[in-house]
Amino acid sequence: MSDVIEIHMEHIELFFKSIFIDNMVFATFLGMCSYLAVSKKVSTAVGLGAAVIFVLAVTVPLNWLLDQYILQDGALSWLGEDYAQYDLSFLSFIMFIATIATMVQLVEIIVEKFSPSLYNSLGIFLPLIAVNCAILGGSLFMQSREIPSLGLALTYGVGSGIGWFLAILAIAAIREKIRYSSVPPALRGLGITFIITGLMAIGFMSFGGMLTGGDEKKDEPKIEEAKIDVQKELNKEDDAKIVADNTNLNNN
Amino acid sequence: MALISKKDAALIKDPLLDNNPITIQVLGICSALAITAELKASIVMSVSVLFVLGLGNVVISLMRNIIPSKIRIIVQLIVVATLVIIVDLVLKAFAYELSKTLSVFVGLIITNCIIMGRFEAFALGNGPWRSFLDGIGNAVGYGVILIAVGFFRELLGSGTLLGFKVLGDPIEKTGLYAFGYENNGFMLLSPMALIVVGIIIWIQRTKNKSLIEEN
Repeated sequence: MSDVIEIHMEHIELFFKSIFIDNMVFATFLGMCSYLAVSKKVSTAVGLGAAVIFVLAVTVPLNWLLDQYILQDGALSWLGEDYAQYDLSFLSFIMFIATIATMVQLVEIIVEKFSPSLYNSLGIFLPLIAVNCAILGGSLFMQSREIPSLGLALTYGVGSGIGWFLAILAIAAIREKIRYSSVPPALRGLGITFIITGLMAIGFMSFGGMLTGGDEKKDEPKIEEAKIDVQKELNKEDDAKIVADNTNLNNN
Repeated sequence: MALISKKDAALIKDPLLDNNPITIQVLGICSALAITAELKASIVMSVSVLFVLGLGNVVISLMRNIIPSKIRIIVQLIVVATLVIIVDLVLKAFAYELSKTLSVFVGLIITNCIIMGRFEAFALGNGPWRSFLDGIGNAVGYGVILIAVGFFRELLGSGTLLGFKVLGDPIEKTGLYAFGYENNGFMLLSPMALIVVGIIIWIQRTKNKSLIEEN
């Protein structure tokens, strides 16, 4: 029973972490282009935000599967012993972006067929999304943070999508209101949007302590340090490997 | 005949100021903000984008008559992704530490809107040489802003430039620190990148009134 609760806790923690602490817009600046371009009206912002949640929820788990079973070092071992040595991770950019572009196209066709009303509200934003950095960023962060399971990948995708949605909704609402205030002429439009986003990002930084507070979390920094150490060791090993490989190549 | 005609020179010059990709066209903000806490990272990022955009524009321009317009986005993405993989592997081989700092943001050059924007708006309708100049111009315009932001953030945030302690040593209290100067650690945090870009936009639009938007 406690295992079940633990698993749930893991999901809930990642969910809130990806919405507030690692917010796509305010912490990592992903998807800023469409965030700035499509935030003049709340209604369009809601449409784009919903489309982003949807596409992230589909592509992050899909790319997780790709990463686990095709791209990672030794991931091909399910094909047989001979394939265990391959490391295709250098292909991940091209695979991820191809998956995203295809999925977006596919989702567009499916939504158009089965739910014309949803298509009318989301449809025009879907092609825009293929080149939204938030989508590729979601997959790349999923890979670099080594999210351990498919369920967590889904949680991460949905959570980051909701974080992005909140951000664009908030800035669109502020921009609708700011029309009535007298902003210095040279700051109007883009300039003031940047500065407001900066201030909102400062506000969002206060969520940073949200998941580190409480008694049971006191030992967490240690674990993280240990993780970093392990990572460093791994990096060193990688370096050594690369050097060895290079020398081998040179010798050959 | 000059190598670069007047019309072609405008392709390079315009994006530097009056049609800057970041401050006027609002493209490619994502990567511009996240990696500018250090000057070195901004320079490497600018060079990477210069390479990808210059070469990508030429490739797309050469293929512009054989790409079916329905699948052009996917073709463009594949071209960029290939170029970005080259950049990523080169960085990993020759500047491993730096490629760790840039982490996913090298990969995000793929979805950098400047690149797709220039492919769509320019390379699909112009010859390779002009596309090349356009790519270089836009990448330099992007780089200028990136380097300016990186310069101020590193100088005010950690008192160094490219790792050199230009303002003196904060621990031994030499240079400016002898007079009680302190580093503003806040400049290193991500929100300040937005505010610095906001201020650059402010200055630029005060100088050039025609750029001012109506709300």
